[in-house]
Amino acid sequence: MVEIIRHDLIIVGSGLAGLRAAIEASIVSKGKLDIAVISKLQINRSHSVCAQGGTAAVLYPDEGDSYLLHAWDTVKGSDFLADQDIVMRFVKESPKQIYLLEHWGCPWSRREDGRIAQWLFGGHSFPRSTYASDVTGFFEMQTLWGILHKFDNITLYPEWSVTKIIVENGEYRGLTALDIRRGTLHLFTSKALIWAAGGGLRMYNFTSYSHTSTGDGFAIPFEAGFTLKDMEFIQFHPTGLVPSGIVIIEAARGEGGVLRNKNGERFMEKVAPQYKELAPRDVVARAMMKEILEGRGFEGPNGLDYLELDLTHLDKEVITKKLAAVVEVCNMIGIDPKVEPIPVRPVAHYPMGGVWCNIEGESEVKGIWIAGEVGCLSLHGANRLGTNSTAECLVWGAITGRNAALYVQKKENNPSSIPVEELQGEEKRIFDEFLGRESGEDSYSIRRELRIIMDNCFYIFRDGATMREGLSKIRTLKNRFRKVTVKDKDKIYNSDLLTAIELNNLLTCAEVIALSAIMREESRGSHYRYDFPQRDDNKFLAHTLARKTTDGITIDYEPVKILYWKPVERKY
Amino acid sequence: MSEKNENILQFRIKRWDPRSAKFSIHYYEVPTTPYMTILDALIYIKENIDSTLTFRMSCRMARCGSCAITINGKPGLACNTSISSLNSRIVTLEPLRNLPPIRDLVVDHTPFFKKQAMIKPYLMRRDINDFESEYWNPSREYYQSPKELEEYAEYAYCVTCGACYSACETVALDNQYLGPQALMNIFRFIQDSRDEGVFERLEIIDAYDKCWKCRVIDACSFVCPKNIDISQAIQYLKRYLLKKYFLPSKIRREAAPLASLPPSPKKRVEVQPPPFNV
Repeated sequence: MVEIIRHDLIIVGSGLAGLRAAIEASIVSKGKLDIAVISKLQINRSHSVCAQGGTAAVLYPDEGDSYLLHAWDTVKGSDFLADQDIVMRFVKESPKQIYLLEHWGCPWSRREDGRIAQWLFGGHSFPRSTYASDVTGFFEMQTLWGILHKFDNITLYPEWSVTKIIVENGEYRGLTALDIRRGTLHLFTSKALIWAAGGGLRMYNFTSYSHTSTGDGFAIPFEAGFTLKDMEFIQFHPTGLVPSGIVIIEAARGEGGVLRNKNGERFMEKVAPQYKELAPRDVVARAMMKEILEGRGFEGPNGLDYLELDLTHLDKEVITKKLAAVVEVCNMIGIDPKVEPIPVRPVAHYPMGGVWCNIEGESEVKGIWIAGEVGCLSLHGANRLGTNSTAECLVWGAITGRNAALYVQKKENNPSSIPVEELQGEEKRIFDEFLGRESGEDSYSIRRELRIIMDNCFYIFRDGATMREGLSKIRTLKNRFRKVTVKDKDKIYNSDLLTAIELNNLLTCAEVIALSAIMREESRGSHYRYDFPQRDDNKFLAHTLARKTTDGITIDYEPVKILYWKPVERKY
Repeated sequence: MSEKNENILQFRIKRWDPRSAKFSIHYYEVPTTPYMTILDALIYIKENIDSTLTFRMSCRMARCGSCAITINGKPGLACNTSISSLNSRIVTLEPLRNLPPIRDLVVDHTPFFKKQAMIKPYLMRRDINDFESEYWNPSREYYQSPKELEEYAEYAYCVTCGACYSACETVALDNQYLGPQALMNIFRFIQDSRDEGVFERLEIIDAYDKCWKCRVIDACSFVCPKNIDISQAIQYLKRYLLKKYFLPSKIRREAAPLASLPPSPKKRVEVQPPPFNV
């Protein structure tokens, strides 16, 4: 007899979107719904804590900001690939999230008049990035984790890794999850599911992501038949610290930091005469990489040639007070940003794409909502503006939490039929195959090779031939993975096994990214191709849709919702 | 030692085996690189020498609090402890103390998180229990000046890694003791000018095994990877408790109201989006 764990609503992921959804669903049901939050990590340790810069919101219309201006900045930043209905809803709902978090205890930085402070970020034409020191995501997570304790209707499943979503006839049935601490697989069911499992680009070698951000959020739904949208668009944050890849906050440039090449030239003055270092991330990252490729970078470790981010001319007080986290991470590599420049290089930072969902956060499967970085609404189009991501997590965390709660309240019973054989299938895949195999290659060598392929073939500058070669190498790795072995045979807290499961997800994501990128024969936002250097609005003003079929992965397109502004040339 | 081994560092790792319920010591040799952290070394061992070595990690930038372990006897984050800062030829790693081990370097934080939950780690306002109220349906922010923010900001940087809890000798002797993290967190909210729960919070900690049991050993402050003076916060709490007995009127009761809108903004930025053209 298989034990089934039942709840009204299951939320997978405990980052900003997941926790926000759990809280909203609790508010809507006045603390009545039986909610479960499942997370691969301990609940308050998600990658959202790494967000630094802030959360975009129009708080000061009386000082010149407006919803329309925020919307226009976002649409222009997206290289016109953002759906404009999504953008309009987003800008209107973001301010409320800032005030809610404030009321629950978030230590937002303040202006002298006692109101919430905001600073300037790249691509925004008004300082609308709401910040809590330079560790905003951390404080937002802490606030949500705190207010979670107000509700006793939420059951937490820390260190449970979801392995499969079960869908039957286009309807959600349940999921299977591995209890990492005990090493046992379990079957869950609920009336609805909010999938907020996060993104993650650990298939890249030089990346800003946590070690645990392994694209599970994309791969698991994709395997269950969901559509992945716009996966070729990978944001490279301009200032990744060499060699660790930790992001140096964009506000360092907002406060006056400048980028210089080996000859001491401030090259951004030529590329973006008006915005300079504060142009959107795709523009700055491309300009930086051009400098490095043309030999004007400094020689770095392991081929990580770099440029310098110079803060030495700033007020020392500004650096120690407002950019304390920059000082902290620089000190770890023996650099004092007050007196010497910081070695930086564009770093794989954020996937604009994700699991397809509509403006209400509904996925293609009845009973499943998508929230946060894992979803593709599409708000960010081909390039995300800094600080729009945490805002998206909060806004659609709340929207999906509300929608799912209302749906659950109307639905009387859990799914009637739960395919128990799915659990046996997963047990076979994970315990018999991964753990059971006695000899073969380990995950680590495959993972190392995958990361090198992604860095070499799917970085900022791409071209057809290199990408096709990369794709075939990824497929070779996928074949090799079929015989992967896990040396650790103990079931209790088996992180070796988890690495293998994660690598499977990384490989799935890598293949989708590669194929989507090869098929888009134009340059738009973060996706730049030497062989197609122009934006092509006739053919590619469209979203890429990748689906898994019996014949492999198919690529389709759907049109962009252009409701207010037609595409124009992008100048900064 | 030959010249070749100059940059080899030996690791002595105390691993918990859940099957036999015993610790065993394992030795590993790791070639070091400049600015290598303890976490880098652990990852090196896992990927190249022994993939069964079990430890937690995530953000590797001292923000998530996952990788707290005992390093050469002192609890701290593996990701922001560089091997050069230890200045030793052999590095000893153990799981955090005062928490039940699960496997190798991984411990169960459940008792620690339960104590954090007891202190109600959210802003308390009088209208908090009414879902129709301002607290859940905000119109604007509560007023807080930068100076008022500084009153508690440094205590808000806690990453709940458990290092202080692990270092605390009082926790070691009495597992009912609330522990440094939870007490410090209470102080963080009492200091917040927006919070209205000061008396309720003082009630929570006014017991022998809560605030009063702190013996001022200061180990918590000494080990905190975020350099929070946790012990000082606890001593301030004791002062609050004394005030509660002898000078209750001196304790702030009224929390900050909503921020008022300034009559006329000093400056106005004039940037307009282009008109709609669809």
